[in-house]
Order: sequence, then structure tokens, then C-alpha cells
Amino acid sequence: MSNVSGNAEEYLLDVRHLKKYFPVNRGIFTRDKVFVKAVDDVSFRIKPGETFGLVGESGCGKSTVGRSVLRLIEPTEGEIFFENEDIRKLDEKTLKERRRNFQIVFQDPFSSLNPRKTLRQIVSEPFMIQKICSQKEANERAADILAKVGFSRDSLDRYPHEFSGGQRQRICIARALALNPKLVICDESVSALDVSIQAQIINLLKKLQKEMGLAYLFISHDLRVIKHISDFVAIMYLGTLVEAAPTDELFRNPVHPYTRSLLSAIPITDPDIQHERIHISGDVPSPMNIPSGCRFHTRCFMAEERCKTEVPKYIEISPNHFCACNVCAGCGK
Amino acid sequence: MAETILKLKNLKIEFPDDDGYLEAVRDIEFTLNKGERLGIVGESGCGKSITCKAILRLLGEKTRVSGEILFKDQDVLKLSISDMYKIRGKEISMIFQEPMASLDPLFTVGDQLTETLMLHRNMSREEAWKEGIEMMKLVSIPQPEKRMKQYPFEFSGGMCQRIMIAIGLACHPEILIADEPTTALDVTIQAQILDLMKQLNKETGTAIILITHDLGVIAETVERVLVLYAGNIVEEADVHSLFHDAKHPYTIGLLASIPKIEKDVEELDSIPGTVPSLKKMPAGCRFAPRCPYKKEICEKEVPCMVQAGGSRVRCWKYSERWEET
Repeated sequence: MSNVSGNAEEYLLDVRHLKKYFPVNRGIFTRDKVFVKAVDDVSFRIKPGETFGLVGESGCGKSTVGRSVLRLIEPTEGEIFFENEDIRKLDEKTLKERRRNFQIVFQDPFSSLNPRKTLRQIVSEPFMIQKICSQKEANERAADILAKVGFSRDSLDRYPHEFSGGQRQRICIARALALNPKLVICDESVSALDVSIQAQIINLLKKLQKEMGLAYLFISHDLRVIKHISDFVAIMYLGTLVEAAPTDELFRNPVHPYTRSLLSAIPITDPDIQHERIHISGDVPSPMNIPSGCRFHTRCFMAEERCKTEVPKYIEISPNHFCACNVCAGCGK
Repeated sequence: MAETILKLKNLKIEFPDDDGYLEAVRDIEFTLNKGERLGIVGESGCGKSITCKAILRLLGEKTRVSGEILFKDQDVLKLSISDMYKIRGKEISMIFQEPMASLDPLFTVGDQLTETLMLHRNMSREEAWKEGIEMMKLVSIPQPEKRMKQYPFEFSGGMCQRIMIAIGLACHPEILIADEPTTALDVTIQAQILDLMKQLNKETGTAIILITHDLGVIAETVERVLVLYAGNIVEEADVHSLFHDAKHPYTIGLLASIPKIEKDVEELDSIPGTVPSLKKMPAGCRFAPRCPYKKEICEKEVPCMVQAGGSRVRCWKYSERWEET
């Protein structure tokens, strides 16, 4: 695969041929094991300080990618290099130590904070887990990081239920940033928020990225948010990447039929702009029963006979623009 | 002049609380014309869903609803329960956000589709079944004969929402209320459902009230928009005026908060602060604490709706008294 060859040194995260299969029990009497291929051969790289947007519809495996990268779930196959070190080969103890460099912010700020702990306890916990400093110093550092995301000192002893959704998401961000990580995975981190609050959080994430030199793996289904925040975007469909390119290139010059129909489906906030919609028929097939050949051929408006049998290769069609399709311009034979 | 089929006057909804009642919405006034597509937009908790539930009297008994809801000149709030049954599903029907949760998992889709037809249109089972298949075709479900006999779990989210729309439209209602119909769906499916609703509105003449928090969906689907904030209508305008010449500071802020696909911006304009809670509503204009233009009058007196350009807005900035202050 061309995007994973070459020199890896300039990359913070280098994921190669990542696979995650979940076994499914089909009943106690059946012998044959069935797998949900949630992630099936995904490769991508993230540079330090960059925002990598991962988009796809529900069930396409984007969250599984995020969690596998952190080894919150064990990948089935593949290599995950973080600063040139394969984190799949690390033992428990080293992994725990390394984890200070990569953190995650989840979607639902209501279920990801412990209701029995105060803000101060929540944000100072990472320091204690990593045994970085004394409780007293941890409290100080927690106050500093909370100030960065907009909390005054007098709110430190309050509990999560006293805060709104947007404020809670700020707390989650503060906790993720406490240990000065290099990579933060944002898994639908702004999707549960109202638009006016969403804009506040997006601005905050961008500001912190500049200040702290963070890289984000930004997972979302909202293409408008992805376009706004990302430097590089990858589109995922049924467990594989179908197209990836720098943001401007991808939105200006989408090649894959799935990307094209996805982009054309985004509602535009101007009633006077008429845009052509490329309709794709039907629904996403079940990941237990992935279509043969190109996974998208059952819904594709460009599909040819050979798409039913030939698996398209994920290739670099122009510098830094990757695509997996049998027929579209640039990819076809 | 278009015919008005629904008119809300001075609607106020209150919920019981530990000590007394909490006012969730107040002074809601709007009209809906025959065959019109009206959008109601606002953030969570602004009262858009309960306003529409009040129209069908779906709020619990403990809720206090006052004002008038005139459907074809009769006040829905004064109707008996049995008269309400004749309106729900027949004259006004509603579809909800969670299509999967709106269908009964123990009955086939066909049963649920024909139930409304047999109840409201006095059809026999056979007639209703035939009509059901026609309805399935109307909402573009392939193989309707086979699909009628299947259960909801055999359908995807988008398909379930199509079924809900088919049930909603089965009795040719005057009004279809759609409460966040595409929020739980993926964008490609959302586009299909919105196009379907627009097409059916043109073909059947059913008026649509579309409730959503997504201004993009509003821009693509409706003709006229109401913007709600903290239980009040703050702006009412046709869709073109709203997106090109919004007047209320909240609407302007909301429009600036959305990342746009057609335009690049470095930083999004966000509205500072959060929506006030029902228990601590500001005395004057409810948006005043977050408003960049606020003056003394905004914090003291409740603004009325005034005409400004193509919109009607609830804002002191456009009233005659603004200059004096």
C-alpha cells in the first residue's frame, strides 16, 4: 500500500493494515464462527500538530478505529506506530506509561464523568494515576488546565451535575489535556451539543491545538464540522477507507462515488443555492454480510459488472490523494 | 390569500414542579396555511417539541396549557377526548425522531399501516391491505407486498422512518408534524427522507411542520421559519429573508455558529454563555444575557414582536423606543 511505505519518521501516528473482527455467536450448536468485520485493513498516518478527520455513516467502524489505536480494544491485526514504536507490542506497564501521550474525548459528556467526584478530583486524577506529582501539586495543575478551558477557581469543588453539556465537555477536554498529550482522539466530541455550544467547543479545540501543538484524530459523522476543523480527511465505508486527501482537495475534488454522494447530501445553509444531489439507493449493508468485490457496489451509481468481484485497491491517485475504486477517474485501469 | 388551517394564539405551557409551575413556553403565536411547509428551529429545551405536542394534546394531564389552538376554527384545547381521537392521525398526524422506537416491535409493519386506515377510513382488512401497499409504494419501499408482512426489526432506520411517514400520510391529513425526523439518520438517508417529504407535500397538499435544530435542513426543506429561543418565538420570516437578512441577534449568532460547507472561515462565531434554565428566566428579553447589543431596556422589559425587513422579530433593537434609550 503506497501510503504506508517510505519514511515514517515525520509521523506521530502511523497505522498500518489495522483490522478488528468481532466474533458473533450464532447459537450454541453452530460450529462455524462468524465475524463482524468492523475494521478491515485501514492504514493512515497523522503528523504532529495536525487534525485528521475520519468521517463515515453510523456503523462504518470509525469509532472502532479510534479505540483500537488507543488499545482500548485489542486490534485483531495490524501495526500501530506511535512515535515509531509499535504500541501493539507493548506490555501492560509500558502501555500505561505511554498512554499519557494519547488521550480520548468521548461523545456523551453526561456519561463520561464520574458524578461523585468534584472537578478538581476528576482533572487531578491523571496525575495520580501516572504518579507524576504529589496530590497538592496535582490540584494546582488541575486548576491551571481548567482555567485554560474557561473555569474559574471557585468552581473547582463543584460536581459535574452542576454544569451544562457544553461545560462538561470542557471538563472532559481538560482531563484529556492534563498530561500534555501529543495526540487526542475526539470521538464525536461535539455531536451531542447544540450548535451555538458546538461552535464554542470547536473554537476551544482549535485554540488549544495551537497553544499545545496537539494532533487530533477527529471522528465525526458531520461533514461540516470535519471540513472546518481538519487538515486531512479520510472517508470510511463499511470498515475500509474509500478516499483520503487534504481537506481542500477532498471537498473540491472528490473522486470516489461514495464521497461524491456523501458531499452532495450535506444540507446547505442557503435556500438559494441549488445543488445537484447524487442519490445513492438503499442502506448500508450489514458488516456481518459484506458484499463481495467492492463493498460499495450494491449502492453505487457508477458500478460496473467487475465491481461485483474485483476488490478495488487503495492507491495514491495524485500526490497525497488516496482512493479505492475500480471505475472512477484516476483509479480505473 | 392562502387559507389558514392552524392558528395558535397566546399559547402558554407550564409543567408542575416542586413548588408550583414552571413556564416552558409563552406567547407562542403563529399560523399555518394549507399546503405550507413551516419550519421550527431552536436549540434543545427551547420548547419546539412541546409546542407541537400541545397541538395534538399529547402532553400529560398535569401539564397546564392555556391560550388557543385553532384548527379549522375550532379550539383543539376545548375538544373532548373522543373528538381528539378523530383528529389525531386523521387530520393531524405526527412523526418522531426515533423511527425504531415509534413502531410496535410485536406487530408487522402491514398491521400498523392498516390499523390507521381501518380506524379512520372505515376500510375492510382487504381494502386497507391494498391501500397499505400503495402507501408503501408512495414512500418508495421496494417489494411492498413482501415488506408488509415483515416486522420493524427487519427494517433499517431510514426504512422505518419511511413507514412512519406512510402511516402519517395514510389518511391524507391536513397537517403532518415531523419532530426531528432525520436527526437519528445518516446524511445520505436524511437527504432521501427530506426529498421524499417535499415531494409528498407537493403531491398530496399536506401541510408540514418540520421541527429541527439543523438550519441546513430548514434551508433545504421549508418555506417559512419560526426561530424559538427559551420558550419564545424570537423571529418569524420566510426562508430567504432568514438566511440572507436575519434580524434577531440570536438568529444571526446561530447562523454564524454553523460550520459552512460552501465557505471557509478560520474561527466560528459562537454565542457566549448558555440558554437560561426555566427556573431562572431573565426578567426582560430572554436572550439579553448573551446578546452583544443589549441595553438597559432589554434587561427590564419584555420585547414585543415587531416588523423588521422581511421578518417579525422579538427584539428591542427594531422598536421605536431603541433610539430613545
